[in-house]
Amino acid sequence: MSPASEPTTFPKLLAGLAERYGDRRVALQEKRFGIWQPITWGAYHRRVRQFAHGLASLGFERDATLAILGDNRPEWVIAELAAQSLGGRSVGLYPDGVVDEIHHVLDHAGVRIVVCEDQEQVDKLIALRAGGRLATVEHIVSYDPRGLASYAVDLLVAFDELERRGAELEVERPGWLDAEVAAGRASDTAILCTTSGTTGKPKLAMLSHENLLWMGSSLMSVDPIGRDDEYVSFLPLAWIGEQMVSIACGLQAGFTLSFPEDAATVRADMREVGPRVMFSPPRIWESLLSMVQVRLSDAGWLKRKTFAAGQAIGARAADRRLSGRRLGPGLAVAHAVAELVALRPVRNQLGLTRVRRAYTGGAPLGPDVFRFFHSIGVNLKQIYGQTEICGIAVIHSDDAIRFNTVGFGIPGTDVKIGDHGEILLRSPAVFGGYYRNDEATAEALRDGWLHTGDAGYLDEDGQLVVIDRAKDVMEAADGTVFSPAFIENKLKFSPYVEEAVVFGGGERPHVAAMVSIDMETVGTWAERKKLNYTTYTDLAQKPEVYALVAEAVARANDDLPETMRVQRFVLLHKQLDADDEELTRTRKVRRGTISTRYGEIIRALYGEDETVTISSVVAYQDGSTTSREISLRIASTNGVDTPSRELTGARG
Amino acid sequence: MVFSPELTRAYRHNLNGSSLERGATQLEVKDVSLRFGGVQALEDVSLAVRQGGIHAVIGPNGAGKTSLLNCISGLYRPQRGSIALQNGKRHELTKARPSRIAKWGVARSFQNIELFKHMTVLDNLMLGRHTHMRHNVLTALLYWGPAERQEIRERELVEEVVDFLELQAFRKQEVGRLSYGFQKRVELGRALCIQPAVLVLDEPMAGMNTEEKEDMARFILDVNELAGVTVVLIEHDMGVVMDISDRVTVLDFGRVIADGEPAQVSSDPAVIEAYLGEQRAA
Repeated sequence: MSPASEPTTFPKLLAGLAERYGDRRVALQEKRFGIWQPITWGAYHRRVRQFAHGLASLGFERDATLAILGDNRPEWVIAELAAQSLGGRSVGLYPDGVVDEIHHVLDHAGVRIVVCEDQEQVDKLIALRAGGRLATVEHIVSYDPRGLASYAVDLLVAFDELERRGAELEVERPGWLDAEVAAGRASDTAILCTTSGTTGKPKLAMLSHENLLWMGSSLMSVDPIGRDDEYVSFLPLAWIGEQMVSIACGLQAGFTLSFPEDAATVRADMREVGPRVMFSPPRIWESLLSMVQVRLSDAGWLKRKTFAAGQAIGARAADRRLSGRRLGPGLAVAHAVAELVALRPVRNQLGLTRVRRAYTGGAPLGPDVFRFFHSIGVNLKQIYGQTEICGIAVIHSDDAIRFNTVGFGIPGTDVKIGDHGEILLRSPAVFGGYYRNDEATAEALRDGWLHTGDAGYLDEDGQLVVIDRAKDVMEAADGTVFSPAFIENKLKFSPYVEEAVVFGGGERPHVAAMVSIDMETVGTWAERKKLNYTTYTDLAQKPEVYALVAEAVARANDDLPETMRVQRFVLLHKQLDADDEELTRTRKVRRGTISTRYGEIIRALYGEDETVTISSVVAYQDGSTTSREISLRIASTNGVDTPSRELTGARG
Repeated sequence: MVFSPELTRAYRHNLNGSSLERGATQLEVKDVSLRFGGVQALEDVSLAVRQGGIHAVIGPNGAGKTSLLNCISGLYRPQRGSIALQNGKRHELTKARPSRIAKWGVARSFQNIELFKHMTVLDNLMLGRHTHMRHNVLTALLYWGPAERQEIRERELVEEVVDFLELQAFRKQEVGRLSYGFQKRVELGRALCIQPAVLVLDEPMAGMNTEEKEDMARFILDVNELAGVTVVLIEHDMGVVMDISDRVTVLDFGRVIADGEPAQVSSDPAVIEAYLGEQRAA
């Protein structure tokens, strides 16, 4: 498929696929009751049509917005396509979002109908209504009836009930919906997509069918995706990355979309499906790596040695392959053996055996994590883009993957560097603007160029290098410019570090870090060391844990130039949490919130003291609060020896 | 266009094995006395469990709570008194074997987990369906004909229980390798698979941390409110008992000293003296 193919809409594409494949191929499958429950293209199309009729009976019209709030299920995409069939659009909400976030989007987009998954989500809307903050919403459609039987809420209607009503309406007015679908234009807004909102409230980017389809076909002209390329949809459909592959590529390629049974079974379900394409933000890759590291440290010495040797061979082979050279005969044989005894088994454990292309995007991924996946034979590629340009604009090409770059623009995309090193992008995928926010639109779109707000440069081969968000880039005391994210990723390579926030630059004499530990890996480590602990705070403040993290910091420092080395760090008493507005829903750090909330700790990082006492306030729903004093240690990294380099990290 | 029933996400099987009206007496314990040699474990104990309720039995250690449960499930034979279960017709439990009582619709979990530790979660749950299986050894061995059909049918119900109790990630795991809290949940699941008329839980939250307790309390409430199953439970955590049960019977030295709604019982001087007072002093 070429970028020049006929512009169309998602509902039209769906109709075409239903006609072509009917009930012979599976469009969606969800694991329920331990079995993959298939929905064929024919059935998918029928359900979308029925639901569209149902929505119309509730008064959903052209240009209206349907909000969808739930985990990835067939009903999610059915609702989206139904809204688009009627000439409307959908806006996805993160299922773990708190009521304030939901309110912001519903209110801003003037949503009248919300599709909710279950009781949990319905309760959020009821809470909003009780507070008089559900002004625009007239109907709540829910597709999981569990626990809702006793709800006497007049707004509430069951998804299947609406489908049934729709089926009757379809008989009553044949051809009506076809006309509605036919009236849809490629330039209509297909989705409102929330931006991650690292700085403030999320904005709603208007993306048209055209934008999304162009991006999909341009991407697939570089990396072809076929109808047999299974894909597992487990990241929030409210996120552009998931929309992009599941919907924009999915409806063009016609592959099967699989929805896992439960958040806890994603890995097992993924192994069963054996996806060929995978797209995940860095945190997923980091957690896969952590899993390997933890499993290895629990394994016997033979397994550890075998893997270490195999991975070393894999790394050498990957280096050659990525730089376009061929493996010599010796390395080829060694690699074949390593593949058999060490690499393939690990890929199999991760469910990545069949993956042909894996993508990471949404945030920078540390080069060490990158190297690891290539060494075990996963073709992991960086993509770069923003919600405002349908997610993907720049991508590694298969033969030129470098760990510090993000590759070349997809065909039809112009990349240039503007003032102050800002990355500018231009392509048919650039959005139409922010919904009801002309000021922000004017800021982002100037003369047809999307101003990304990211700092970067083009290297000698024309590959784009992204440094960081322009406002986050720091200047060290000696004038060198550096990216905190780069250092943070170095720290996060340790399986024990869950999140790291680096400070420095400007007035600050050195680099310091605030680290939150990974409760699971550090907990397991502590158990093995027979270290008693009670809570997260208690564990994080153990001197032994400080020593453990100090090793990770020292290892990161080893790779960094003098001025960028972390001099002091603190282990935070809590995990950073999106519910506390410290992270975005896509788990990006909100530096602003963190700097104000933890000002005291940051000051202490640049002081002399070895402890800092803060008061932690817990606010309850009834308005009451409790507060307690917590004393945190501040550690210096001077004099910590760098331990031997082994993938398994620090071993006790 | 034909509406297909597969569209709904509602469960197809009813986990509640009782056809009684809500509020009708499901289980009636009348003047039950149980003696072990010179020890009077239960003395003239009477209580009535209503369909659709959560009935808690509390009391200090050695008050006779587990003995009472064992009488209900047929493990002990009281010397005097009657225990009647209303399910279809009146069943007298004091004279029946435990397997028969299970068939009549009394399912229970134990204070110490009684699961098959080396079998998977699924196999343990399927055992809960055992009382409903009809096929013989030969067809079961060959997994053929009626045996296959029945196995599939029973598995459907088991899968709904897996979904209900959120055990999806543990289906194929050996029970012995699960944490204590999850093992307790599996035990609850197995009892549910019987489609009980009365679900009898012996200290479902003993030895749990706060988070596990909260989970278990939520599941018990779900079982009761969503599936409509009548629950009888013994529990030591007074906070939990007062929060989730709608009727409380207090035993002390084998005798009923109070019976009523949680608020009523917790303000009863005899109860405070025998049970709560003891805790406060401790």
